[in-house]
Amino acid sequence: MNPGAAPVATPFFFYLLAGTAIVGAMLMITRRNAVHSALALILTLLSVAGLYLMLYAPFVAGVQIIVYAGGIMVLFLFVIMLVNIERISKERQFNRMWPVGLLASCALLALFLGALAKGKSLLPDRMMPLPESANTQGIAAALYGDAGRMGQYTFAFEIASLLLLVAILGAVIMTKKKI
Amino acid sequence: MLNQFMSYLGSTVPPGNAGNQLWALIYVLIIFAGVSGAVLCMNWIERKLLAHFQIRLGPMRVGPHGLLQPFADGLKLLLKEDIIPAGADKFAFWVAPVIGLVAAFTVYSVIPFGPSQAVTDMNIGILFMLGVSSLGALAIVTAGWASNSHYPLMGALRSSAQLVSYEVAMGMAVVSAILMTSFNTKGTGTLSMIGIVEAQYEQRVWFLFKFFPLGLLAFVVFAIAMVAETNRAPFDLPEAESELTAGFHTEYSGLRWSFFMLAEYAAMMAVSSIAVTLWMGGWMRPFPNLLQGPGWDFLFSLFPALTFAGLAALTTFGAARMPTHLYFRIQRIGLAAFGAVLGFVALLLLVIAIAGRANAANLAGRFDVGLGHVYWFLLKVAIFMYLFIWYRATWPRYRFDQLMAVGWKVMLPVSLGVLIVTAIVGVILA
Repeated sequence: MNPGAAPVATPFFFYLLAGTAIVGAMLMITRRNAVHSALALILTLLSVAGLYLMLYAPFVAGVQIIVYAGGIMVLFLFVIMLVNIERISKERQFNRMWPVGLLASCALLALFLGALAKGKSLLPDRMMPLPESANTQGIAAALYGDAGRMGQYTFAFEIASLLLLVAILGAVIMTKKKI
Repeated sequence: MLNQFMSYLGSTVPPGNAGNQLWALIYVLIIFAGVSGAVLCMNWIERKLLAHFQIRLGPMRVGPHGLLQPFADGLKLLLKEDIIPAGADKFAFWVAPVIGLVAAFTVYSVIPFGPSQAVTDMNIGILFMLGVSSLGALAIVTAGWASNSHYPLMGALRSSAQLVSYEVAMGMAVVSAILMTSFNTKGTGTLSMIGIVEAQYEQRVWFLFKFFPLGLLAFVVFAIAMVAETNRAPFDLPEAESELTAGFHTEYSGLRWSFFMLAEYAAMMAVSSIAVTLWMGGWMRPFPNLLQGPGWDFLFSLFPALTFAGLAALTTFGAARMPTHLYFRIQRIGLAAFGAVLGFVALLLLVIAIAGRANAANLAGRFDVGLGHVYWFLLKVAIFMYLFIWYRATWPRYRFDQLMAVGWKVMLPVSLGVLIVTAIVGVILA
């Protein structure tokens, strides 16, 4: 493991990334303009990619940026631009049921805190510094198999790709007027 | 201080991996300045080359042979009025060039100009580059939307559809190059940019020529997709002046437009760097395995000096050919001074090369080795830049439906086929 991979200023970066993610999420749900919401969501997704990096999972971080921030969000922006949203932007952002929503989220927070308090002994004290290359190869071994054996998730991977093919075919068939 | 400098020059890992933040920061500043300077040069070179392709002269007035034209353009763009269209979304209008610029420049942190001449070497280098350069599509979409005008909106929609389509083909071509890095004794490849060039050195072949014609096909698919990714001719319908009045950056003026231009040229150089690293041997000089030995090393290390000497000779010749009229005197003197500067740089490089040959471990030797890597890398990227301009001068524009048809019906099947055949051939020959 090269010396540059030693973690530097971990609490600072964690709080920075987590704070940015939370700020982005809150901006996303409070903006009237849908494009601003989408940009705030991109901020959140990039912060989550940074958090993946801090967990020594660089491959997942890279794929998050490529797929989520660079692909799905472009699609979101397509839809926002193609659909007439002027009517939507004049609606109220928070409806009258917000006390119920607040109660539900407080209950969820209480659940998380309870799980953290009770299960604290199950979580490790510090993150084990894994070598960075282990992430890509670990995912490859789990998905594609290693040394002649089938991987743990190879079958599920193939089934998922078949599902995606069916979804693509369905989308093409539904949008074409005449095949 | 000098010892630290020497030890830094002799290190085998980039400063980001060595944990050396000062040198990483210095590299970042050098890259920033270098890319900005390169964009200025590209502006001049593009206008002159397009002009010469069209049998005219191009800018000739601003400096000798128009050499000061980019500075005049930059000054004009800085001083122009900053217009925001009425009804435009102010925040998105402001943030779109920023996203584009950040996405274009962040890619440079993993580009390997040499085995230790990079800001850092991530284990997922190529994945990072593909991901961050795909964030540039967001800038175009946001810019088109924020302009509150139908030409930019159509241009932005077309451009983002084109970018997303050609990203798929580009990714497939990149995957087949990455696959070739795993045909070694260990059986595992690497995603890191420096590792890819090292794999080409170990396998004694540029991936361009590996399993001929598979490497060449993957490279051709990437070369076409990278032109489409940067919205350059012949795929520049989103910013076509005859159809869309400059497309998504119609409503941008002055400094904001210059950000888009900067981002476009920086993205051009970034994808050219990907092509050079993955297929054309990165920073390696020609025939590093075949023509080995200190003699050949010294011969190839003279090339930077020879290049600058050639440029100095051309410049001086141009100065000699200038008319001797009084009105041209200052241009003549300026061009001759520029030629003298180039000649001085050539002399400096020659001294470094000769001093480095005498003792390879001293300051000049290490500097010379690093300089050689950077020189060969930049030469290959410069070839790609020339190709970009040549394409723009030569080919007519693709119509948008033709563009999408080529992207999905030709590029994607070809790149998938190349990937499958490369895998089969690699397993058989391993």
